[in-house]
Amino acid sequence: MSRKSIVPFGPQHPVFPEPLQLRLVMEDEKVIEALPAIGYVHRGLEKLVEKKDFLQIAFLVERICGICSFIHAQTYCQGIEDLMKIDVPPRAKYLRVIWGEVHRIHSHLLWLGLLADSFGFENYFMQAWRTREAILDIMERTAGGRVMLGTCCVGGVRKDINEQMLGEVLRTLDKVQKDLDNIIVGVTKDYSVRQRTVGVGKVTAEQAQTLGAVGPVAKATGIARDHRTTGYAAYGELGFEPITETAGDCYARTIVRVRELSQSIDLVRKAIKNIPSGPIFTAVKGNPEGETISRAEQPRGEVFYYIKANGTKNLERLRVRTPTFANIPILLMMLPGCDLSDVPVITLSIDPCISCTER
Amino acid sequence: MLPNTKEIVVENLLAEVGAIVPQGYRFVTMTCVDVGEQFDIIYHFDKNYNLYNLRLKLAKGGSLPSISPIFFAALLVENEIKDLFGVNVTGLAIDYEGRFLLSEGAPVAPQSKPCTPGVGMQVQQKKLEGN
Amino acid sequence: MLGMFNKIFRNLGSRPATRRYPFQKRDSFAGSRGRLEIDIASCIFCGMCAKRCPANALSVSRDPKSWTLDPYCCILCAYCVEVCPKKCLHMNPRHGVSDARAQETAAE
Repeated sequence: MSRKSIVPFGPQHPVFPEPLQLRLVMEDEKVIEALPAIGYVHRGLEKLVEKKDFLQIAFLVERICGICSFIHAQTYCQGIEDLMKIDVPPRAKYLRVIWGEVHRIHSHLLWLGLLADSFGFENYFMQAWRTREAILDIMERTAGGRVMLGTCCVGGVRKDINEQMLGEVLRTLDKVQKDLDNIIVGVTKDYSVRQRTVGVGKVTAEQAQTLGAVGPVAKATGIARDHRTTGYAAYGELGFEPITETAGDCYARTIVRVRELSQSIDLVRKAIKNIPSGPIFTAVKGNPEGETISRAEQPRGEVFYYIKANGTKNLERLRVRTPTFANIPILLMMLPGCDLSDVPVITLSIDPCISCTER
Repeated sequence: MLPNTKEIVVENLLAEVGAIVPQGYRFVTMTCVDVGEQFDIIYHFDKNYNLYNLRLKLAKGGSLPSISPIFFAALLVENEIKDLFGVNVTGLAIDYEGRFLLSEGAPVAPQSKPCTPGVGMQVQQKKLEGN
Repeated sequence: MLGMFNKIFRNLGSRPATRRYPFQKRDSFAGSRGRLEIDIASCIFCGMCAKRCPANALSVSRDPKSWTLDPYCCILCAYCVEVCPKKCLHMNPRHGVSDARAQETAAE
């Protein structure tokens, strides 16, 4: 006779990058139901926004997440620029695209290492993170910080990248592309990895649509939804098509992210080739007033910012909805029916960023 | 003002949201703003990169029916609003009863305007001193 | 199979991939934000940096003249470097050491 038991998975678990508790109702080795419990890194950042002025919030918002930080700052600055009708110079838009895509490469490489770590492939984890070190070096040389770039501000960007540095970026990306070509077969063609990921955590396109999944989780089921196609910043001039797969399982999500890595490298190369010259910053005068919604595409999906301002230098309300928040309901749909040993692989395949979720 | 927004009242909420489902909209999130006397609650839906919003005003102390029977994804954000603003949401599919994001001893409804402070170092010190 | 032996022999013949830290330290890149430093002689104690700091890490007073940085609060954003009217703040590319209390600069 099978027995039901409740296994608390997390919050401290070696495989999760951030604390998330999943209470799994198990029958022998199979998971029947999962209940998430978050709240371990809630910092109350939405309340802190009422105490700082709207220019300082660009720094605060960057620190919501340690992996997708630049794009948080970019979305916020785009929202405030929309409210105050500020025209960002074209060079600043291209620089934002370059930093945003380099950030996406770093995030996907980090995720690739964590996914390999989740089924015990630690050697691959080290290789992926070693390749990522070259990307972090690019970010440190161009912006000053390895992950917290601090370059996006309301009205443009704070630092410029000169011709010589752009050449260095291109050379480093060529090296990263070569390293990637060497290691990517370790995840896409390896027999053991395929055994652990093909057919695991399968969802259909209909489930992804009703539960509001975003990012690579939705793209892996065939929904071609990527906010970069709307053409914010300089994406409209660079030409961009979202990558989709149809299987909807962990393997499909891996392939989507791997192909997005190569696509990001191409986007950076195109942006560097076409970058116009000119100023990088428009001065900001006055205070914002009104309400607006700003959205962008983070490595994990679509991020949503609601900004309400009342004419003073403090904002009245800043609401952030990050993509992992939208992907948790679909995680609860993927877990029933899987084995206990598949739970870390499935959870990591949605790329959870819990500090984004809880702010 | 937000473009493409419809003003509704609490009584029509479930009917309006039910009418959206066959049009193919995806639930994005909901936002709660404390405007002094009442809460301004906005639901956001998206189809083909266009947002459609439903705005309603809720008096403080009023109760809000949950839309999680229609959009399961809404239950996380409704639990969060219950914790952070103290809005009374009824009929949730999974109810965390005020412990979704906040733990014991945290401030009660921290993002609503008059907020009760929680257990902090000063409060504990006062307790030790016998105040 | 052959690829494996190829890699083994190549690895046997090459140098280690890691650096022998702490005996060999990596040179910081120019422009990277390591820690905040001030040229206290040119400071006019206007307090602009303290007003703009997003993390409330700086405290400046005119009377008595002092400029204090709490290095543990500092988020290394370099906003103060931008707003200083006398340009006496700069970012040292080298990161600070862990016993950073010695770095707190309080001056006359």
